[in-house]
Amino acid sequence: MKTLFQDSSKGRTGVWPKEPKGNTEADIPAYLLRDTAPKLPELSEIDVIRHFTRLSRLNYSVDSNFYPLGSCTMKYNPKFTEAVAAQPGFTNLHPLIPQLKGAGHMTQGALEVLYETEQLLGEITGMSAFTLQPMAGAHGELTGVMLMAAYHNDKGNRKTKIIVPDSAHGTNPASAAIAGYDVVSIQSKNGMIDPDELEKVLDDEVAGLMMTCPNTLGLFECGLERIVKLVHGVDGLLYYDGANLNAIMGKMRVGDVGFDVVHLNLHKTFATPHGGGGPGSGPVGVSQRLVDYLPISRVVKLEDGQYYLNYDYPKSIGYIAPFYGNFGVILKAYAYILRLGREGIVRATENAVLAANYLRKRIEEHLEIPHDRICMHEFVASAAKQAEKGVRALDIAKALLDKGHYAPTIYFPLIVKECLMFEPTETESKETLDGFVDDLIEILGRVETDPQSIHDAPVTTPVQRLDEVRAARSMELVDDAGL
Amino acid sequence: MPFIPHTPEEQREMLAAIGVDSIEALFEDIPAKFRAGDLNLPSGLSEMEVRQKLEKTAARNHTDLTSFLGAGFYDHYIPSAVDALCSRGEFYTAYTPYQAEASQGMLQAIFEYQTAVARLMDLEYANASLYDGGTALYEAIMMAVRHTRRSRIVISESVNPIYRVMLDSYTTNLKLDLVTVPHKDCNTDMDALLAALNDDTAAVIVQNPNFFGTVQDFTALFDKAREHKIVSVISTYPVMQSILKTPGRMGADIAVAEGQSLGLPLSFGGPYLGIMACNKQLIRQMPGRIAGRTVDKNGKTGFVLTLQAREQHIRREKATSNICSNQALCALRALMYMSLLGPQGLKKTAQVGIERAHYAANRLERLPGVRVVNQPFGNEFTVKLPVRAYEVIDKLLDMKFVPGFPLGRYYQGMDNHLLVACTEKTTKQCIGILAELIGGAL
Amino acid sequence: MNPKELLYAKSHEWVRIEGDEAVVGITHFAQEQLGDLTFVELPQPGDQAQAGKEIGSVESVKAASEIYSPVSGEVVAVNSELENAPELINKEPFGAGWMFRIKLSAKPQGLLDADAYAELCAAEAH
Repeated sequence: MKTLFQDSSKGRTGVWPKEPKGNTEADIPAYLLRDTAPKLPELSEIDVIRHFTRLSRLNYSVDSNFYPLGSCTMKYNPKFTEAVAAQPGFTNLHPLIPQLKGAGHMTQGALEVLYETEQLLGEITGMSAFTLQPMAGAHGELTGVMLMAAYHNDKGNRKTKIIVPDSAHGTNPASAAIAGYDVVSIQSKNGMIDPDELEKVLDDEVAGLMMTCPNTLGLFECGLERIVKLVHGVDGLLYYDGANLNAIMGKMRVGDVGFDVVHLNLHKTFATPHGGGGPGSGPVGVSQRLVDYLPISRVVKLEDGQYYLNYDYPKSIGYIAPFYGNFGVILKAYAYILRLGREGIVRATENAVLAANYLRKRIEEHLEIPHDRICMHEFVASAAKQAEKGVRALDIAKALLDKGHYAPTIYFPLIVKECLMFEPTETESKETLDGFVDDLIEILGRVETDPQSIHDAPVTTPVQRLDEVRAARSMELVDDAGL
Repeated sequence: MPFIPHTPEEQREMLAAIGVDSIEALFEDIPAKFRAGDLNLPSGLSEMEVRQKLEKTAARNHTDLTSFLGAGFYDHYIPSAVDALCSRGEFYTAYTPYQAEASQGMLQAIFEYQTAVARLMDLEYANASLYDGGTALYEAIMMAVRHTRRSRIVISESVNPIYRVMLDSYTTNLKLDLVTVPHKDCNTDMDALLAALNDDTAAVIVQNPNFFGTVQDFTALFDKAREHKIVSVISTYPVMQSILKTPGRMGADIAVAEGQSLGLPLSFGGPYLGIMACNKQLIRQMPGRIAGRTVDKNGKTGFVLTLQAREQHIRREKATSNICSNQALCALRALMYMSLLGPQGLKKTAQVGIERAHYAANRLERLPGVRVVNQPFGNEFTVKLPVRAYEVIDKLLDMKFVPGFPLGRYYQGMDNHLLVACTEKTTKQCIGILAELIGGAL
Repeated sequence: MNPKELLYAKSHEWVRIEGDEAVVGITHFAQEQLGDLTFVELPQPGDQAQAGKEIGSVESVKAASEIYSPVSGEVVAVNSELENAPELINKEPFGAGWMFRIKLSAKPQGLLDADAYAELCAAEAH
């Protein structure tokens, strides 16, 4: 498909709201103005509509395809939450209004949404307080690690290291490093954190441990209780990466277990759409001893039921976002939680775990599952045996695209060779799961009979396998059409 | 149960296939002592009930205001086609385009967005988006620190104070030396900035138009920065960038911006859009996703995420940034907005705002004791009132007018200063009323 | 496979001693593990290299790896052709894919001969 810039016709005009007088140079001297207008595409409205409608058809999405992308919880994104968030009473609200003296009453609805969402997330996770400001999961991680640093600095602890298991998502070590810590990686044993291994690296310089539970293999960490004790034993803090909360929501509260910091991914567990890459939302919850360090502002509810923004927290880490987080995303998650309620939250988890185990059981005869036992909301298979015959996990993923399914996660966890991480979520029907498994079995059958057809896949997609090496070497990152 | 398709019969079949007799059996790995009891949450509501409840909540926000509030976040008209296109599920219910063959729509859109941003800023490259204008500025600093291996950052006080407090938080534990150069009567103080540059400096950071609305040329500053091998960073306002001298022409190395003005609603602070463009020299330091054009095995043009070795999923603790999810859908909106308006439409939008602001400045300046402080300015300007800005705001709020932002909130000694913004949505009639109301409040 | 006349570091760089200078590159094994290289970051002439310390990096589509200088001394030349043609490392890791030349400030230490290095690779491949 041509790009917008290739389709551009000189002099063709789109839409604009109002005609100016056009004598800008009377207001701003010419030397401060640009010489020529930016070379943006010149199109009519229908050109733009057609272009993006056609582009949209080149995408797989939850609305059009099964999307078992492990660790991403691609559940159905309910449409009513979009309607809720699109209300002008929310979209037209300037974020600085509540910061004007005397205007606090003008944003009570929005502040209530923030306050109530914090309360609901607090109850679901058992954490003492939340900030909704982080704008994605990784942003939540960075915020969380900054909170840990603030705690240690305040106590006068000299901490320099953060421990991250080798199975962790790449954002964990990256977040710890960006916050100024040295990252210590520990090796997993049987897919779990090995408490003995942990004990070996624990010392007074350890600020904390970042972990995911269930871990990236979809397994519940059986050493959890001991891990918590060990880390707290050196005045370290426990960080819970909430990427996999969909496995335990309503069944276990991480605050009750002893975690000190947790980030959630509203765009995973709480059904807000991922938008083809974002916006997400990564609220961070903390245990009581970290509450004083939360970012400002914080929403406070007064006895008369009014809400206001409080900035007076001298120990706070300060501002990590310009305002109150990705408010539009938070709204959708709030609406989703209200819709599900007490029961719906638990049922979502139960059915996510049910679906994952059903899928695992149906797949296990056909693909090796290195840690094959009851899993939580996802599991990891390995195509190592197929790879010996030349068909790698990547090839299987591509062949699944031809069957109309998005692919499982294949780039991590790094601890399983040729990994395929499946996460079906609670919103996919049994027929969908069965159909997917049948398609997978058919593909695996061809490893023996017709491996070339798997190497050739995908053939039904708008393009076939793309030359990534050429992309990286030639660095064609912008269009040169129409220059 | 909402959104769960399984019938009890199907659940039984699935349990039987797994070989357990109850759903509860699937959770046996969670130790009994950690098991949650019943959550103290409200009962679920129907879709209709949730919508009714949140209609009432929305009604408790006052959005029937006549507002001159900007301060980096502007109320521009959004063409209807943006919402119509952006609400296509094929876009908004996809994940990050990891499987390129099944994500060409989003990948091509990112490539087009990068192109539009690079052209707007007049720089070589742009990334697929960051969270917002503030985190974009922080990432720009970190690029400069890595590139130069220096740790001193010179920043003008006329850069948005909301971003400056964010930088303070992010750099607390990083052993960076943040030097803030005061503004001079709402101008970015060029002489003081020039004097502050030295061979230990990693980056110099300015904003255009600056927080007070003043438009300036930073070519000389960036020239001097280049002599010292300092990275020049400029924070901009995308709509105004369609008409103002470009970061590239001034010699900036990195341009960042809050992209909210490009078709995103104010939405109480987010989701917004962190825009970043840079020159060739810095591309390896760029954080976040980048799409590139290539060919498939049949030679057909296609798009992929590229230069991924910079990123956290490959480089882990050595990555350029920890960013994973970005603001892709917001970038898509911005691209749609820019395509619908085109170069002419974007320029005209900027011009109307500038004309309205100058009209407003004229009207206000006729009031006794009121002085417009900065010159030249774009669609936003600072006035000094004979009384505290807060008092005026307080009085006008009762009439559902927000006359602007009180600069005393962030700047000492500026309690009487009011920051007033106009866009194409501001009518002359409203400006007339504003002048009368302020006049009455003095 | 691994030329006998070269010395090898455990971090998969090779060294060719030429008088008081040393030429450095990465091995065939290393380039094979990384896959098609897309970018090479080299030191600049005049930089001081310290044995065992990072001095550059290489990137492929799916991996990135640091280059550690196997010897100490001053960088006197770099293979600037790699900037535009990193694939030279894949094609001729021990020849046209050389990376930089160092004027030695100390006698190289702790390096392996071709046989010992081959053993190391065999162990790592499993």
